[in-house]
Amino acid sequence: MTSSFPWLSLLLVLPLAGAVAVYLATESAARWIALVATLADLLVALPLWWLFDPQAVQMQFTEHVAWITAPPIYYSLGLDGISLPLVLMTAGIMPLCVLASWNAITTSVRGFMATLLVMETAMVGVFVALDFILFYVFWEAMLIPMYLLIGVWGGPNRLYAAIKFFLYTLAGSVLFLVAILVLYFYGGHTFDILALSQGTYPASLQMWLFLAFFAAFAVKVPMFPFHTWLPDAHVEAPTAGSVILASILLKMGTYGFLRFSLPMLPDASLAFTPMMVTLSIIAIIYGAYMALAQVDLKKLIAYSSVSHMGFITLGLFVLNQQGIEGAVLQMVNHGITTGGLFLCVGIIYERTHSRLIADNVGLAAPMPQYATLLVIFALSSLGLPGTNSFVGEFLVLVGTFLWSKVATALASLGIILAATYLLWMVQRVVFGVPSPHHLPKLSDLNQRELVTLIPLVVLVFWIGLYPNPLVSRMHQSVTNTIASMSRAKVAPTAHPSAGGTTESLLVGSREPLTAQGPSR
Amino acid sequence: MSAYGADLLALLPELIIAVMACLVIALDPITPASRRDLLAWLSVGSLVICLGITIGQINSVNTRVSAFSELVVVDAYARFWKILLCSVAGLTILTSLPYLKAERIHLGEYYGFILLALSGMMVMVSGVDLLTIYLGTELMSLSLYVMTGLNRSKPRSLEAAAKYFVLGAFSSGILLYGISLLYGLAGSTKLASIASAIGSRGSDDPLVLIATILVAVGFGFKIAAVPFHMWTPDVYQGAPTSVTAFMAVAAKAASFAAFMRVFVEGLGGLKADWSLLFLLISVVTLVLGNVVAIVQTNIKRMLAYSSIAHAGYALIGFVAAGRGVGLSGGTPGLASIMIYLAIYSFMTLGAFAVIGMLRKGGIEGEEIEDFTGLAKRQPLAAFLMLIFMASLAGIPPTAGFIGKFYVFMAAVEADLAWLAAIALVFAVVSAYYYMRVVMVMYMRDPSPSSVAPARLVTSPSLSFVLACAVAGVILFGLFPNPLVSFALQSVLTLK
Repeated sequence: MTSSFPWLSLLLVLPLAGAVAVYLATESAARWIALVATLADLLVALPLWWLFDPQAVQMQFTEHVAWITAPPIYYSLGLDGISLPLVLMTAGIMPLCVLASWNAITTSVRGFMATLLVMETAMVGVFVALDFILFYVFWEAMLIPMYLLIGVWGGPNRLYAAIKFFLYTLAGSVLFLVAILVLYFYGGHTFDILALSQGTYPASLQMWLFLAFFAAFAVKVPMFPFHTWLPDAHVEAPTAGSVILASILLKMGTYGFLRFSLPMLPDASLAFTPMMVTLSIIAIIYGAYMALAQVDLKKLIAYSSVSHMGFITLGLFVLNQQGIEGAVLQMVNHGITTGGLFLCVGIIYERTHSRLIADNVGLAAPMPQYATLLVIFALSSLGLPGTNSFVGEFLVLVGTFLWSKVATALASLGIILAATYLLWMVQRVVFGVPSPHHLPKLSDLNQRELVTLIPLVVLVFWIGLYPNPLVSRMHQSVTNTIASMSRAKVAPTAHPSAGGTTESLLVGSREPLTAQGPSR
Repeated sequence: MSAYGADLLALLPELIIAVMACLVIALDPITPASRRDLLAWLSVGSLVICLGITIGQINSVNTRVSAFSELVVVDAYARFWKILLCSVAGLTILTSLPYLKAERIHLGEYYGFILLALSGMMVMVSGVDLLTIYLGTELMSLSLYVMTGLNRSKPRSLEAAAKYFVLGAFSSGILLYGISLLYGLAGSTKLASIASAIGSRGSDDPLVLIATILVAVGFGFKIAAVPFHMWTPDVYQGAPTSVTAFMAVAAKAASFAAFMRVFVEGLGGLKADWSLLFLLISVVTLVLGNVVAIVQTNIKRMLAYSSIAHAGYALIGFVAAGRGVGLSGGTPGLASIMIYLAIYSFMTLGAFAVIGMLRKGGIEGEEIEDFTGLAKRQPLAAFLMLIFMASLAGIPPTAGFIGKFYVFMAAVEADLAWLAAIALVFAVVSAYYYMRVVMVMYMRDPSPSSVAPARLVTSPSLSFVLACAVAGVILFGLFPNPLVSFALQSVLTLK
């Protein structure tokens, strides 16, 4: 269903217009303008949920305008079942970020709000771009606003964290640009993502390209050996920056794997599966152990992100329907849950000016509402049935089970560890006994903070109890991705019967379980 | 006389500029100090006229009018560079007006020398005879030596001028030696005759190779490629900032233009040899330029090393052109250099304009530390500097990304993906030092102990220059199509 109305361009332009308005406004008006701009963007994004046709195979809401003639680069946008939830999540999280920064940001509010809005345009752009160069432009355009968010409005060690974030992500993505250019010349002189996904490339080339893509996406996710920028950036960033990082920015890495690595480089993806699964499992277990050891709330959640993102990459690279659907669902879930946790940390930091667990003990008595919400997000994060993360993690584990039972067992360890570090955190922060000289009086959540957190709580339970609307919208796109992988696989394999076996490996093996998948 | 009428008409823009240069120098002594502004406006006016004539001179892109029995040509390639150079010279004059006054070196002959250098550059880009090109190069260089030493009261400025002169003269000598060898080979200094002589002698003739290397070294000095870059940091730091901007942008662009024409039209038969030579030079240039820039504390010196690195990036396009394969041949590589340098001009001019504005007490604030907390005191200036730095680092959606994109595209097309990968890794290195300027401006508060924080000297003409530069950086980043197609068309007349 192609609508002639340029929904996606409107989504991109609104925050940018808001940024200009904020820049011209006064400091006090800046907050309101930013809130209105992000809410307007959400209002534009919401109808897409109903206008989206879950049965359609092709991209929807497409826009295709020539941008540069030589080489042919298009301003080409579109949505499918994978990008739709991510775009909606981005549009939904941003107003919350503005609200969370309402009182937390006191210096150069205009600059802060304008930077947030520019970020929103770039982030939505990444999820809707269908031209490789356009995608790269949005991908890189995020770097400077995020650098400023961390570096200008961040904590004491912000300079180090900001430049580390900047150089890490930039270094990751430069080889990606070379890979895009190489693909252009091998893939019939086009930057069209869909056309490139249809092509077949020599196996050895695929290996190189996969590694170049991997450099960009693995840093962004971040996967195990490349994760060290994340705790620094999270700890130093202001609350809104942490939420953006955790909820949206990290998803771009996994989105990249799903949108580019799998369909364009199927042979390499298959060949690198053992490596990807191993790294994912290391991330799951290592991140969880690191989270156990943290005394800083933000750092704890940062390492829990490393662990949870491990589940997503695991689900992607077991290369079956359950795994990938679970991974996409987990991208959204992690955005909601971890976003909520970071917002909670921001709220308590505004009151006690400390992120240390030891300084924030026994909040259940003074702040019952806050404690309730924190417990809900923590339970969601550890994957309690009935909350959103359970559905996603379960699907990922089912998918992994089809690939390897050992891997499933190891990954499940991550869930147990998650329960340990999160419940331990809850035990101390919510139910602990505060030291007598501490915590004179803390006010519970005010209305602004409630408005910030309640939507996320609703989503936690909605996806947890009734994920079908979400899953049914991504179903067709995930099927397409898997189909494009198996189709491309037929041509270059040397073994005559290999095409058939791979087909059954990728498509056939999911048959027994799809019908009784837990979500449908 | 009428026999030369057509030739003189073809050279009308150069003639106007040269005559105006003499006029400005002659008028300078009889102009009272308070009205020296008029000389600047006179120069700008002549540049606008010259720009108009240049644009109107060629009605179709395939026209190639040669003048004075094939010493110079007027073609789309030359027109591209002339338009760029005239615009840069105009913007430089507008930058110089408030800067020179603040530095108390507002001398009328300055504008004369800019025009004189410009006429030299215009001869360089349109010359198709080695001696004509050499004359243009010398006219440009001699004017720049004088302008470098303009700040007579500052020892650093004088030292820079002396250094520049000695090394420049040395490089001119090498260039001339190469030219003389080529003359010995071909019996002519015309590029076309040299090309045919090389065609008949074959490319493995040692004399041909030696001559090629000598010419390459001569131009290597002018474009500040490693290992011929030694003069650059000292000269860029010592020269008045507006002169540095002019050198970094216009002189580099003109030298690249002449260099490309000589190597493509005259020495095109040796493609395989010189592309290997420039491959080495480009890698060394961008590695050294970027790495040494990291440790600089003076922003002009940092930009000097960054301009060396940028020459390295542009040279990648040249290597790709030499390796050119397929139907398109070397054109993507050559066009990428033109796009790169046009974009480089805007961002570098903008950065130098901001530096020229910065004052610390009575003197220029040119340490990177002087930018501390600029975002708090001058948000707009800091924001512009942020854009220029992001563009120099090649971060989209600024034009700097488009420039790099085309260079790397050409490299990958010529099967040099590994070279593009190396260059991009060093682009990350460069991002570190460009972002350090941003960090100092935005993320650091001025220490209370510092005596006087640097302030800005603003003026309408400077605002205009900054507006042009930032418009170029953003518009060419978002809508590069006009520039790209203009470069792609213009490059077709080469060879």
